[in-house]
Amino acid sequence: MAKRVRQPGFRRNRNPVTWLLRHAQMSLSSLGRLSRSPLTTLMTAAVIGIALALPSGLHMLVDNVRQLSASWDGSASISLFLNDAVSDEQAEQVRAKVAARNDIADTRLIDRAAALDEFRRLSGFGQAIELLDQNPLPPVVLARPAARIQGSDAVGHLAQELQAFREIDLAQVDLQWVERLGAITGTIERAVLVLAVLLAGAVLLIVGNTIRLEIQNRHSEIEVVKLVGGTDAFIRRPFLYEGFWYGLLGAAIALILVIVSLVLLDGPVERLAGLYNSRFELAAVDWGSFLGIVGGGPLLGLCGAWLAVGRHLAHVQPE
Amino acid sequence: MIRFDNVAKRYPTGHEGLSGVDLHLEPGEMAFLTGHSGAGKSTLLKLIGLLERATRGQVWVNGRNLNKLSNRDVPYHRREVGMIFQDHRLLHDRTVFDNIALPLVVSGMGHAEVTRRVRAALDKVGLLKKDKVFPIALSGGEQQRVGIARALVSKPPVLLADEPTGNLDPELSREIMELFMQFNQVGVTLLVATHDIDLVNRLGKRIITLRNGRVAGDSGTAG
Ligand SMILES: Nc1ncnc2c1ncn2[C@@H]1O[C@H](COP(=O)(O)OP(=O)(O)O)[C@@H](O)[C@H]1O
Ligand SMILES: [Mg+2]
Repeated sequence: MAKRVRQPGFRRNRNPVTWLLRHAQMSLSSLGRLSRSPLTTLMTAAVIGIALALPSGLHMLVDNVRQLSASWDGSASISLFLNDAVSDEQAEQVRAKVAARNDIADTRLIDRAAALDEFRRLSGFGQAIELLDQNPLPPVVLARPAARIQGSDAVGHLAQELQAFREIDLAQVDLQWVERLGAITGTIERAVLVLAVLLAGAVLLIVGNTIRLEIQNRHSEIEVVKLVGGTDAFIRRPFLYEGFWYGLLGAAIALILVIVSLVLLDGPVERLAGLYNSRFELAAVDWGSFLGIVGGGPLLGLCGAWLAVGRHLAHVQPE
Repeated sequence: MIRFDNVAKRYPTGHEGLSGVDLHLEPGEMAFLTGHSGAGKSTLLKLIGLLERATRGQVWVNGRNLNKLSNRDVPYHRREVGMIFQDHRLLHDRTVFDNIALPLVVSGMGHAEVTRRVRAALDKVGLLKKDKVFPIALSGGEQQRVGIARALVSKPPVLLADEPTGNLDPELSREIMELFMQFNQVGVTLLVATHDIDLVNRLGKRIITLRNGRVAGDSGTAG
């Protein structure tokens, strides 16, 4: 800059009011330009909408399932395998003793005969069992923790306490399926994140390509504007606004898609939850997803336009 | 107002469009630039409007050394140099009014002032009634007038015209040149490239002749 010191400078317009006014005008005229080709605009916006709706919808679904499993693992049951030496009468006493605890909601005794029955039915080793002259299975007490015992840690702690009983050989928490569900939702969540990143990239490309075509179509206009002294910022602006509007329209479409899917899923999910004795309901669009869509759409649109403009506008030079 | 010091322009192809040009135009001076096709007339004008940059020597316009202007400064420089082309370079999806308003809109001028200035420019080129028309509906001469109105609407101190009458019949050509003479009378510095030697000779202005990228003749400021 120092080398220009002796040169008379140019007057630059720095009035913030006119600057704001020009931005407002420019944003509206960009919107007007988009509205003049509604079909193309809507199709581009719809693609962006789907790309935004897919990860946020999946994220909400996974989030809901996670809340559901959190509410379930409290009711996980504990299987108490009793000492082989314990008689069926003593087993009933153990059951009563466990049931009397205030951290246990209810209990059920499976005595030796019942355990053998169940084993015969479920294992398929029935005939092998017949060969034994003695029932090898211990009595089992099934205990369901009280409602206030929530989470796998608390249930595991309770199981340890019960295992300290002399008559109890092993206290096993049936949390496996809950943990498995947790692992599955965790994996899906990760996959959704990857999908979201990929689709965000897709949105950038879609907007970038749309703006690139727009720059090509308006080639001669850009040339003339440069010829009469339009700054790069001035030339860039309408394209950036277009990207912004594409993103915002896409976000609106994404919200509609997500809300419609929630409404459509609401009935079946309620029936499903009913089968599992759960009062599970799909939550409405949460704030995180809402902000992600409404903020992310325009931001991605703007970035996509910025990339296209940065790459292609400099090549347009008047001759 | 315009000064060339030993200026050369070598195109990326290796061809020299201009070599060793010295030139000086006083503020308010009017000159014609003539020479055979390929002599370097367009190249010289492009250097003044910074459509190209000199590869050697220095170009001064309106007190500024163009070599020292950054790319960021180029738009502001172009606002001080009105340019007129043989092919008009009008936007065909905009009305005459909007075409002429473009340099003002680009510089951020308010709506009322834009309207006032565009009307004044339309008046100067005699197209007041055609403001809402699209360029395609105008004759070649009228389109050139729109191009001229666009170049002068922001009242630049320097006007450049590259073969502005190239596609026009002699009568229309003379009218356009007379228009330029009028602008010159109100103090605008004008440089007009043309190979219409007969017309130029009759107008009695300074004539600079280029040949193979060099100044081959200059009738001088007195002419
Ligand atoms: N963009 C360009 N690239 C390469 N050579 C060019 C370019 N523009 C002009 N030239 C060459 O420079 C010389 C001068 O061209 P120009 O200034 O257009 O002449 P004029 O306007 O007098 O006809 C010509 O030989 C032409 O071929
Ligand atoms: Mg030429």
